[in-house]
Amino acid sequence: MVHGEAWTLKEFFVYPNEYIYWSIQIVMYPFMTGLVAGAFVLSSLYHVFGVKQLKDIARFSLVFSLALLPVAMMPLLLHLQQPQRGINVMMTPHFTSAIAAFGIVFTTYGMIVASEIWFVYRRFIVESVLELRAKDGRSPVESLRLLVYSVISMGAMDISEAALHKDERAVGILAGIGIPVACFLHGYAGFIFGSVKANALWMTPLMPVIFICSAVVSGIALCIATYIVTMEIRKLIFAWRSKNDPDLPSTEELKSAEIHVVTMTAKYLVMFMILAITLEMLDLIFRGYTAVKSWDIVRKVIYEKDFTKIFILQYGLGNVVPFILLLMPRLTIRRALLATLLVLMGVFMMRWNVVIGGQAFSASFAGFMEYKLPLWPDSLETFKEGLMGALTVIVTPFVLFYLVTRILPVFGVKDSH
Amino acid sequence: MKNHVLRPVFVVIAVVVGIVFTRTLLVPGDFGVYERGYMYGWHRKSNEEEWKTVRVKYKTSKACPECHEDKYNAIKDSPHAMISCENCHGPSYDHPKDPLGLSIDRRRDLCVRCHSYLPYKTSGRGDIPGINPETHYPQAECVMCHIPHNPKPMNQKPEVKS
Amino acid sequence: MMNRREFCKKTMIAVGGLVLPLAAFEVFDPSTLRAEKEGRGKTRWAFLVDTRKCVGCGFCVKACKVENEVPYDANVTRTWVERYVTTTDGKTYIDSPKGGRDGFTTMKIDQNLEGMHEIKAEEISRAFFVPKLCNQCDNPPCVQVCPVGATYQTEDGVVLVDRTWCIGCGYCIMGCPYSVRFFHPVYHVAEKCNFCYHRISKGMKTACVDACPFEARRIGNLKDPDDPVTKIIMTERVNVLKEEFGTKPQVFYLGLSKEVK
Repeated sequence: MVHGEAWTLKEFFVYPNEYIYWSIQIVMYPFMTGLVAGAFVLSSLYHVFGVKQLKDIARFSLVFSLALLPVAMMPLLLHLQQPQRGINVMMTPHFTSAIAAFGIVFTTYGMIVASEIWFVYRRFIVESVLELRAKDGRSPVESLRLLVYSVISMGAMDISEAALHKDERAVGILAGIGIPVACFLHGYAGFIFGSVKANALWMTPLMPVIFICSAVVSGIALCIATYIVTMEIRKLIFAWRSKNDPDLPSTEELKSAEIHVVTMTAKYLVMFMILAITLEMLDLIFRGYTAVKSWDIVRKVIYEKDFTKIFILQYGLGNVVPFILLLMPRLTIRRALLATLLVLMGVFMMRWNVVIGGQAFSASFAGFMEYKLPLWPDSLETFKEGLMGALTVIVTPFVLFYLVTRILPVFGVKDSH
Repeated sequence: MKNHVLRPVFVVIAVVVGIVFTRTLLVPGDFGVYERGYMYGWHRKSNEEEWKTVRVKYKTSKACPECHEDKYNAIKDSPHAMISCENCHGPSYDHPKDPLGLSIDRRRDLCVRCHSYLPYKTSGRGDIPGINPETHYPQAECVMCHIPHNPKPMNQKPEVKS
Repeated sequence: MMNRREFCKKTMIAVGGLVLPLAAFEVFDPSTLRAEKEGRGKTRWAFLVDTRKCVGCGFCVKACKVENEVPYDANVTRTWVERYVTTTDGKTYIDSPKGGRDGFTTMKIDQNLEGMHEIKAEEISRAFFVPKLCNQCDNPPCVQVCPVGATYQTEDGVVLVDRTWCIGCGYCIMGCPYSVRFFHPVYHVAEKCNFCYHRISKGMKTACVDACPFEARRIGNLKDPDDPVTKIIMTERVNVLKEEFGTKPQVFYLGLSKEVK
């Protein structure tokens, strides 16, 4: 079977070679990179602009952004017909292509995040090494931990006041460089689509900017949601432990700290949401007003074929409802969680409506294509580019986050900064 | 070098050197910028030769009359002379060496490509004599009555005329 | 006194310093980058389609699939034939079942999910066939967007795909306004019409040109002023598809109508 045939339904006249070639994984790709970029920008708000209220969530979102990083690449590898040749992008980059920059931007960004985390955690790493070294009769697990910490300390054992001060400055600089790189990483994901002149729905110079804004929105939303969930779990654990240990923070203390962080972060979320919606509306109005040749078919896709996906799911449930939820006075944890989850769904739908919506009509403007998401895989292809492949991509960052926090815990650490 | 701040920089350098080294191993020697510049001509040169060596299947009707002069004479004055031999007899590959004989496609499907009548006066199709394949002897093969190498109505096979 | 760690560091810097200029900047070498846009060669392949002559027999599509080893029953094809039927009420119906591989043998228009649409003979105001193939554009957007240099244009203007280097991202498929590209069902890399490069480079014509009984398809060399195809392109009123994309297509059409997509 031809690639794309399994999930493409054609209506009226569609060119013989046209299929939905870019499917669910290409929806996942900008969604995941968006989360990476957004999480990083959120942490930088504290490190660069000194937004003190975000201190707690800053380290959290930084580590989360590291966990998300390899996952931004995953959908691409699942999408490629020749994944083993993916390295060619680094070997013979053709820079007239927006995709060619991926290898370089992604590697640069990855190194910036890793370095920043190294500086933030250096004190913790060194203290762990010293503590484990001093210990007699290490268990195998402790020996392994010692080895890991020794390797990632890279031999920099100096934790004098002066050295820590240097760390702090390095973090500031890296976070500063990181913001434009994160924006570039995601802006260029928007450019990949915006520069395709063959696609009437994609081609707009606003695409990179819209992508950056919605990236920050989704990144912040995910950090808030994960933060809330993690805090709830911590509360449960502490409530159970504090029966024996009265020194631990009480549930009430944790709760007030939590709502404070969430309220602060939600303000930034709303700010970026306004920006994102404004740009998207501008794009839509402009298309309708100028009404070039493609508008006839694009209008049918937007207002008829994809109406539910665009106006109900993306704008209604994904933008308007969370907007109201977050702006109503006396924000509660539960309401914030619901709002952020809706925002995440809305941004996902926005990616869907761009990627799949852009292929919902034929380049002949005389027919439509519909994407039927393969649910149960009956071949490697329908796994990779179906629901199961997408779920794999969604679950991985949480698994990675769990693994990373085994080595670099995000709570209760005395950091260098 | 006592400044620990530079340690990540060394890792970065190591990664870059690693990539550059892999590059020298993996990239073919003739990969480069050719006639159409970096935008359109960035490729592995030897691939052009690879495309040129694809096997030719359709050898055209040029060599057919050398052996099949009778067939050539039969068809040369008929309207079907415009059709390449290989359209009905299949690609010749290295015929007569391989395959020794060519298959002949006698199916109705082949004939109705042109002779299923479509009233398209604005294209050449409307001028071709045609039938409705659903009503015109649907069970029969066209060659039972018509001679493909000389298809004019008066040349129908004698047993049909009677 | 140099300890081991410092020695390692210094070696790394030295090796890095040596390797970088040698290989990393190969891509940016100005002398290779400065390749002129106008080729010096003696050939620029171009194609001429006379839509008035096409009868929709589909022999070209059949021959192309066999000649270029595109699986015969796969629903993708390097070249195809479209049918346009305009009715007296001004509506246009288009189809290309199986790319026109088996010709057009019925009056019914294939509307895919909408089923077959029957048009009566007396309702037809205009009907014709349009063969399509790769336009081998002068500014091929598919080549521009390839991230790895797996697709490229030769000096004589044909756009080829390197099957050993293509990563299968599909960006070129998305970048082509004419939708001539697809994934090869066997090799799983981008596939497209290349004017039968193995034939034209041997002095032969493309398989579709040889298969066409009506001379609706012709191939020629634009740089040869005596080439009959070039003469027609230079002197008659020819048109190209989707000129607005700025791709400068090199497949020229005679008798093109406004409804052709």
